[in-house]
Amino acid sequence: MDMLQNSEFLSRLQFAFLAMFHILWPPLTVGLAIIILGLEATWLKTKQIVYYHQTRFWIRIFMINFGVGVISGIPMEFAFGTNWGPFSIASGDFFGNILGFETAMAFMLEAGFLGIMLFGWNRVSSGMHLFATSMVVLGSTLSVFWIMVANSWMQTPSGVEYINGKFIVTDYLAAVFNPDLAHGFWHMFMACIELSLVVVAGISAYYLLKEREVAFFLPSFKISVLALVLISPLQIIIGDSAGGALAKTQPAKLAAIESHWDTNPPGEGADWALLAIPDQKNQRNLWEWTIPDALSLIVTHSLTGTVVGLSDFKPEDQPPIWIPFYAFRIMIAAGVFIAFMALWTLWLLWRKKHQMNPENISQNTWLLRGWILTIPAAYIAVEMGWLVREIGRQPWIVYGMMRTQHGVSALPLETVQWSLLSFFVFYLAIGIAAFYFMRHVLRQGPAYEAAPKYIKNKNRPMSSMNDGGY
Amino acid sequence: MDVFSFDDPHHLLASVWFAIIGLFLIFYVVLDGFDLGMGILSLAAPSEKYRGAMMSSIGSIWDANETWLVIVGGTLFGAFPLVYGTVLHGLYIPITLMLLGFMLRGVSFEFYVLSSRKKLWGTAFGLGSLIAVIAQGFALGGLLNGMKIENGLFIGGVFDWFSPFSLMVVLGVIAGYSVLGANYMILKFHGELQNHAYARSKIFSLLMLCFAAIVTVWTPLQYPSIYERWFTLPNFFAFALLPLAALVCFFMLFKALMRREERAPFIWSLLIFLFSFIGLAATWFPYIVPGAITIDQAAAPTNTLVFMLLGIGMLIPVMIAYNIYQYSVFSGKINPDTPEQND
Ligand code: HDD
Ligand code: HEM
Ligand code: HEM
Repeated sequence: MDMLQNSEFLSRLQFAFLAMFHILWPPLTVGLAIIILGLEATWLKTKQIVYYHQTRFWIRIFMINFGVGVISGIPMEFAFGTNWGPFSIASGDFFGNILGFETAMAFMLEAGFLGIMLFGWNRVSSGMHLFATSMVVLGSTLSVFWIMVANSWMQTPSGVEYINGKFIVTDYLAAVFNPDLAHGFWHMFMACIELSLVVVAGISAYYLLKEREVAFFLPSFKISVLALVLISPLQIIIGDSAGGALAKTQPAKLAAIESHWDTNPPGEGADWALLAIPDQKNQRNLWEWTIPDALSLIVTHSLTGTVVGLSDFKPEDQPPIWIPFYAFRIMIAAGVFIAFMALWTLWLLWRKKHQMNPENISQNTWLLRGWILTIPAAYIAVEMGWLVREIGRQPWIVYGMMRTQHGVSALPLETVQWSLLSFFVFYLAIGIAAFYFMRHVLRQGPAYEAAPKYIKNKNRPMSSMNDGGY
Repeated sequence: MDVFSFDDPHHLLASVWFAIIGLFLIFYVVLDGFDLGMGILSLAAPSEKYRGAMMSSIGSIWDANETWLVIVGGTLFGAFPLVYGTVLHGLYIPITLMLLGFMLRGVSFEFYVLSSRKKLWGTAFGLGSLIAVIAQGFALGGLLNGMKIENGLFIGGVFDWFSPFSLMVVLGVIAGYSVLGANYMILKFHGELQNHAYARSKIFSLLMLCFAAIVTVWTPLQYPSIYERWFTLPNFFAFALLPLAALVCFFMLFKALMRREERAPFIWSLLIFLFSFIGLAATWFPYIVPGAITIDQAAAPTNTLVFMLLGIGMLIPVMIAYNIYQYSVFSGKINPDTPEQND
């Protein structure tokens, strides 16, 4: 393993590890916050206590998830300075600026109202509490926006000139609204919503399968599934159009995720490899299973559209193939699986109503098990999507302008080995603990708290046990 | 060089950003300072029940407090990229340690409440706080030690931050944060836990006074340039004012502790931090990395600084306002001795 003896590779591995761990948490924070806001508003409007209980139950899940999201996000911000110093110095004028916006506009807003949302039930009025919840939603959504601005600028840098090793901003609006932002933001934001709905549906399905709290979880199951009937196909459409856009903005990445080596001659279609064994050394596939002309159809929506092949790029400008190619297929499989589950359930709700009532619902064993499985599927889709996006961008740290190897800090090998190992051990422990406590919350089930008093009482003794949050 | 010269817009903007980041850093240091300090004190909490009370008294605000550091990071990255890319690289080990410490204490808040193994997560909370504080002390000490930077790259060793001087800074920071933590506890509790906090505050204030004095004497001895700056004539009077003001605050702090006042100790300790901080900034300005990088060298171009000022500058009052609001919602005493109210 001489790769592990290379401090640049270890810095990349460390960043990949930090990011892949961090991205496990914020999507649920973002999406669940929206769902919680909806539940709280419904409770205030209808005064039906069940909505309050729903709000409180999902807040408990939210809470565990949020904590880990925050503490794993902070190392990412600092990683740019510690491991990617030259990149930070070169790109700070724009990239650092945007991270500054994210923290001031989004994180602070979220943190500034989170305490009230979690612990404020008996300290502020109902309207103020709802306001606090909506500020948490606004903050987390803005943070997706700004982080995707930063990231999409690395994918399709515009509005800058690269002079003497520094990116000089010539046009801020062009840099912010770079060609990739729209796809990047919407696909990511939809992923947050889809993942959160899937988590709600999956957890509800788990209770229904065990015949516990059926009256509580059947409504949340049905509503989240109905929302997914809309959201999950939409996400596939956005993903497809993101792929189409790659043909123009990052053709090498597109060729890599399709393992497409040779540009198709005019008048002929490009075949789509469903599965393949890529052989990067010889610039071909050792084995492939293809659908004729399908790649042209998917990418250009015409049977003979030109799709640039990877061999058109110099070997040193080609991204690795294996991970983008297979990660992309896994993401699609997961996306299609979730959409299939939503549509299947819709069909049952419509044609087989008697199977879906409180008495019989637990007998749909396969349906409910399937929904439990959609939870890992959604997480896998997110992880795979990011692998496609970030590894497909290689060997560039800022696509077409700055190479990854020029962005890395020169650190001694042992230092990076030590930090990587420490992060690994800590994250493993935290991940296991978080999982364990999630299970603990699920075992306990809804707590059926009394309605909040919404009184302004600063001197109330406070303990997180009785002041909300748990 | 004039601090605020209107002839040179870039220098002016750089100075403004230096001041803004300084302000964010002060917010961070005093706000997270008291909750980190309370974390350290929690390692020797009188009982598990009291430790729980201490943790829950900051449960609603620690996240916002820590976010000030994230803002310092983000704005430093945007306004002074050269500093971000070199200093963090040079302080790799302390920064990583700080992050690990943050993680340990961050997860402990929720896990403590959910778990039946209170002692484990309570200790993790205290240890995490201590690690983070030690790491911050070394980072500050390392920065004051001076960093080897050439052609915009850090070229020193990974252990450059370690020296007897930085060790002294670490002790000072531990003592200082503990004072803030104890004074916050005086504000938040009454009864036995408050008595405990009074006692702790007295001890750590004395320690803080000693370490602060040592660091103040050591600094000019270590750096001839600072020696000159402090001890040339018109400057001397200005610079002498700051330690003098800090000394007065120390005196008032002790008096307030003796009289068992509740708010005053916290306020005096805030002022001590403020004066030390201004002293540091004034000592080094216009250097942002002592001895190596001036703010003009490090600052982003004018258009970036303006763009950031429009986006972030406007938000500063708003951020301060809602943070104050959140504090006010959770102000008031916590009584750990009454049985839990169930609702
Ligand atoms: C619930 C999650 C989820 C689901 C079901 C899908 N994706 Fe996705 N995908 C993501 C979650 C995601 C992501 C994690 O959010 C990524 C990574 C970065 C981004 O913007 O979105 C992503 C990236 C990403 C990219 C790379 C964009 C780039 O590098 O610029 C493409 C081409 C697609 N997706 C295409 C698809 C297609 C054709 C799907 C059809 C089933 C699909 N995605 C389902
Ligand atoms: C949170 C979801 C993300 C995941 C899972 C992720 C994943 C990865 C992976 C796997 C790599 C390593 C690629 C390689 O070196 O082969 C990487 C590198 C990198 N990513 Fe991301 N990334 C995420 C988000 C972001 C965002 C939002 C940004 C920018 C704001 C970003 C900036 C970078 C940088 C600077 C590198 C290092 C340089 C490089 O290897 O190109 N990442 N990321
Ligand atoms: C697309 C990928 C990402 C998304 C959607 C995202 C979203 C979020 C969200 C919503 C939070 C708020 C806390 C939480 O919800 O748990 C958060 C926390 C954080 N993230 Fe990320 N993030 C992403 C990638 C990154 C990257 C690449 C960085 C590095 C700059 C980063 C830095 C942070 C920081 C510093 C925090 C803690 C903020 C606080 O103190 O509140 N995130 N992230």
